[in-house]
Amino acid sequence: MRRNLLEMFSDGKVGHLGGSCSLTEIMTCLYFSVMRISKRSLLEGSDRDLLILSKGHAVLIQYAALVELGVIPRGELDRVKTLGGMLQGHPDMCTTPGIEANTGSLGQGLSIALGLALGYRLDGRSNTIYTIIGDGELAEGQIWEAAMAITNFNLNSIVAIVDRNRLQATGPTHDRFNIPCIDQKWEAFGWRVHTADGHDIPELLEAFKEAKAETRKPSVIIADTVKGKGFSFAEDNPAFHNASLNSEQLEMASRALME
Amino acid sequence: MDRKCLREAYGNTLVEVGRANNGVVVLDADLSKSTRTSLFEEQFPNRFFEMGIAEQNMMSTAAGLAIAGKIPFVNTFAVFAAGRAYDQLRQSICIPRLNVKICGSSAGLSDYGDGATHQAIDDVALMRALPNMTVFAPSDAAETEMMVRAMVDHDGPVYMRIGRSLLPNYIDNSVGYRFGSPTVLRDGKDLVVFANGSLIEKSMEAAATLDLEGISLRVVNVSTIKPLDVRGVHECMRSMRGIVTAEEHSVVGGMGSAIVCALSDVVGTPPAKMIGVQDRFGTSAENPEELMKEYGLTAEAIAEAARELVAETSGKSTMGGISV
Repeated sequence: MRRNLLEMFSDGKVGHLGGSCSLTEIMTCLYFSVMRISKRSLLEGSDRDLLILSKGHAVLIQYAALVELGVIPRGELDRVKTLGGMLQGHPDMCTTPGIEANTGSLGQGLSIALGLALGYRLDGRSNTIYTIIGDGELAEGQIWEAAMAITNFNLNSIVAIVDRNRLQATGPTHDRFNIPCIDQKWEAFGWRVHTADGHDIPELLEAFKEAKAETRKPSVIIADTVKGKGFSFAEDNPAFHNASLNSEQLEMASRALME
Repeated sequence: MDRKCLREAYGNTLVEVGRANNGVVVLDADLSKSTRTSLFEEQFPNRFFEMGIAEQNMMSTAAGLAIAGKIPFVNTFAVFAAGRAYDQLRQSICIPRLNVKICGSSAGLSDYGDGATHQAIDDVALMRALPNMTVFAPSDAAETEMMVRAMVDHDGPVYMRIGRSLLPNYIDNSVGYRFGSPTVLRDGKDLVVFANGSLIEKSMEAAATLDLEGISLRVVNVSTIKPLDVRGVHECMRSMRGIVTAEEHSVVGGMGSAIVCALSDVVGTPPAKMIGVQDRFGTSAENPEELMKEYGLTAEAIAEAARELVAETSGKSTMGGISV
C-alpha cells in the first residue's frame, strides 16, 4: 500500500502524504478483510459494502488499495492529478472506478452515507456503509447534523471511522482548534464508540468485528493514528500534510519500506 | 382570471409522480406545511424524510439517496436551498451530476412579511452558475405540474423555484406551448418582453396599456432558464425594436442577464431594459403588491421601459437580421 502511495510522489508531485499514511492500516483492513466487496462488484457497481472517504484529501491511499485490488490499472498511479487522468486530486465517482461519492469539501461524507443507508433500507438491502472522517474534520458542523440524523433514523448499517492523527493542516489539533472528549460527543449523539490503535491490524479487525456485531446503534471507531506513519521524516510532522518529496526523502522512504 | 397556488400544484403533483414511481423520495427541513410536501408525507410516509432544521445535511443526504438509485426531491425555502446548502449542492451533487431535484419554495419577494433573510433574489444566479444544473421558474400552476414531471424524467440535477403568490393560468390557455422553449403568450410587433413567474401577469397588463398608446408588446414566457433555448429567444425578438426582461429576482445573474448575454453572442447587444430587483436585498412589507411596487416589479414599470425603448430606438432599424 505504502509502495503504491510513494509511486504517486515519484515525480515531485504534491500530495496529501500525512493523512494518507495515517489511514494505511485502516484502508488495508477495510478493503482486504472487513468489507464485502470484490473487484467485480466495485467495477460493475453490483451488490457490495460501500466506503465513503469523507476526508477526501487522503484519496491517494484509497487509490493504492484500489490498484492492489485491480480495480484501478497500476499504470494510472503515474498519471495521478494530471489533465485527462483517471485519478483526480479528490475522490470523483465519475472518473475513477471504485470511488462511491464525490468528497473533498470536508464534513459531507457522513451525510452521503446517511442518504445511501436510507435508500438501501427502502430496498431491503443490508449492506454496511463505512465512512472515514478526519479528527480535524470534526470541526465541521455538518458531521454532527448527520450524526444526529443517523440515530434519529435508527440506521445501524453505518460504521464511521475517525482517523485521530491529532494533526491538522496548520499544526496539532489541540493547539490549533481543540475538540475535546470526542468519544463522549459521539456517545451523546447515540453512537456506540469503539477505540483502536489505528496501525495495529488485529486490534482494528477486532474493533470492526465489534462494530458489525452492534445492531442497536450505529458505531464509530476512534482510531488513534500517526500522521505520516511509516516514513520517519514525515511522522507527526504537519509539513507533510500536503507536500512533495525530494529525492533524498523518496530514497529514505523506499528504504524504510524495504526494511 | 382564475388564480391557482403553485405550491399546491407542486405538492399534488409530487403525490402523483410518487404514486407512479416508487423511486421518488421527498426530504424537507421542517417546512413541509408551507412547501406542501406534507401531501406526499400523508400518502407515502416511508418515502418522506423529515430532516430537521439542517439543510446542509439534507442536501448531502439527497446525494446519497441518488447514488442509491432514488429520485430525491429536496425541499425548503429558495433562500436556504440555493444559499445555505450551496456547497453541498455544488460539491456532492452537481460535480458528479447526481439525479437530485431541488424545489426552492417561497422564492423571490413572495414571503413578503419575513423580509430580506427569507426573500430569495439571488437563487437563480447561484443555480445558473453551476455546471450540470437545469433551472426552472414556472409561471403558473399548470406549468409547475409539467415541470415536476419533467424533473422526474430528466436524469441530472434540477432546481425549480416557486413563489407563494396565486397566479393566473396563462400557460394552461396558451397555444403552441413547447416545454423548455420560450412561448409567446400574447403577440406584438414592436417590442418583446421576456418574463416568468409573477411577472407574466404584469407583462400582460403592460401590453394591454401599451396597446392603447399604439405600442404593440409581445409577451413571452421564459420559464426554462437553463438550458436557455437561445434559438427560441432569438426567434421571439426578430424584427423587434428592443427587449424588456422581467422577473422576481435580482437583475444580477437572473433570467434577464441570461437572455441579454446569450443574444449578445448571436446578434450583438440588443437594446434592452431589465425589470427586476436592482441589486438590493428584500425587506418586510404588509402585502406582496406593496413590496413589488417598492422594487419596481409592476406593469407600469414594464410599460415605461417599453416606452423608453421606443423613444431610444425611433428611426433605427429593427433587430434580428442575423439568423442562428
